[in-house]
Amino acid sequence: MPSDSIPSANLHPAHLTTGSNVIRLGGIGIILLCVAGTFFYLGGWLTPHELTPARFADEFEQVGGIHSGFRLNHAKGLGVSGFFESNGQGARLSKADVFRMGRVPVIGRFSLSGGNPYQADAPDTVRGLGLQFRLPDGEEWRTAMVNLPVFPFNNPQGFFDNLVASQPDPETHKPDPEKMAAFLANHPETVQAGKILKGFAKSSGFDNSTFNSLNAFRFVDASGASIPVRWSMVPAQQFESASAPGPAQGDKNYLFYALIASISQHPLQWHLIVTLGQTGDRTDDASIPWPEGRERVDVGTLTLDSAESEATSPARDINFDPLILPDGIAASDDPLLSARSAVYSQSFTRRAGEKKEPSAISPSDVRK
Amino acid sequence: MDSGRRQFTASMRFLHWLMAALVLAMLGIGIAMVASISDYHRLVSLHRPLGILILILVVIRFVNRRFSTLPPFPPTMSSQERYVASASELLLYTLLFVQPLVGWGMLSAARYPIVMFGSVHLPPILPHNVMLYAMLRTTHTVLAYLLFLTFLAHFGAVLFHTLIVRDGTFSRMAPWRVRAR
Repeated sequence: MPSDSIPSANLHPAHLTTGSNVIRLGGIGIILLCVAGTFFYLGGWLTPHELTPARFADEFEQVGGIHSGFRLNHAKGLGVSGFFESNGQGARLSKADVFRMGRVPVIGRFSLSGGNPYQADAPDTVRGLGLQFRLPDGEEWRTAMVNLPVFPFNNPQGFFDNLVASQPDPETHKPDPEKMAAFLANHPETVQAGKILKGFAKSSGFDNSTFNSLNAFRFVDASGASIPVRWSMVPAQQFESASAPGPAQGDKNYLFYALIASISQHPLQWHLIVTLGQTGDRTDDASIPWPEGRERVDVGTLTLDSAESEATSPARDINFDPLILPDGIAASDDPLLSARSAVYSQSFTRRAGEKKEPSAISPSDVRK
Repeated sequence: MDSGRRQFTASMRFLHWLMAALVLAMLGIGIAMVASISDYHRLVSLHRPLGILILILVVIRFVNRRFSTLPPFPPTMSSQERYVASASELLLYTLLFVQPLVGWGMLSAARYPIVMFGSVHLPPILPHNVMLYAMLRTTHTVLAYLLFLTFLAHFGAVLFHTLIVRDGTFSRMAPWRVRAR
């Protein structure tokens, strides 16, 4: 540090009165408070009723209970791995490397919706499939899909309000039907989607389920042009209805056990089908299906050839954030996408620091 | 006394104000994004490359400072004040260097791809370990608040010297050239 000083005579202007010093000091205080206040405002401290990722996560914990080390939603799951083989058909739609002819390794996770990691498998519970495609140069594509044809909500508030309405009553341990009725009265999109969801035929297991992206995305080609898309993983395995007499449905883990048995017999395959949206198709509303007859392109085959308990699978520690996208796939204007990214990240951060309790499907279940 | 000795060099002043704007923006983006649902993705996508830009700039700035002649402290500052000022500068430099590294490290430990823009991304610098991620994630928040408090102290001290002591502290770092009187 320099030690020589500037001659002080140059610098001392007229002396200030005490009063003017107090005013200046007050001014400095106000400036600093304004800066700090702006930051508190940006951090949501002044708007305690606004929806934040943390408040979302708290509500999930209210409804599903706190389960150390598990996801807030889709808590029960099983890790899988395999590869995706692109047939090159997607390359004209998106410049993402994953659509060039060839193979990329995939890690995945099958799951059931709900915050309870030990819930009993049931045919009506929403099934999920999260996938991580690892592209050759270090880029990644992650997607989290479910077996519903449309999503019952079209914005984060609807999802949150539904969560609040489905909170079990402390006395009856069941959701209050009046609260749910009030929710539905305010959310016609959920009622509308419910009609479609009622008619959809559920399959007997994970292996013959179709998994849908639900949200719209955009594929960007090499010239920079983009088109709206939705995608589905359509099983090569034969469809069987969930209502047909199948494997021991009495078993608490029958869906996962059937998946393990099936994958150990032969690799399971799904076709990645990309549906191309047209002008006027809603990209910002996951509760509305696109009209029939949209062009569907089969861009390649997903092969899953090994299952692993969460105790050892890398899938447990992957956040299947739907906005982790390679160059060539972009978010649409669907407000659920940023919300999913934000809340998944919150869920991931919470469970990352928690002690990991054993999963329902243990390593010995997988070896059987 | 020539004006070069009264003020920090032009490159130092340029880097100071550029980084001041970036760091303030980053603190704002950081605190807003963790509380945001609708802008979360947009803000995170901005936070990552800006953080790396700050890391690069702080290294350039540190090297530039080593090779520059610094103006003297105003004579109004006591030796304790000079000590505090130097220590807070060192703290700011350290935080500006460590905070982006913690961010990069925590994304690495979580195995998030560290996307800058388009297909450009950085390699992970730590192994995939979620416990390590959780620890670094907390560290990132603590350092952000510490950085914000250090900034407020720095800003407050400069305002105090400029408006009350009126010893020309601000002109040492003023973005424009101040001539000796």
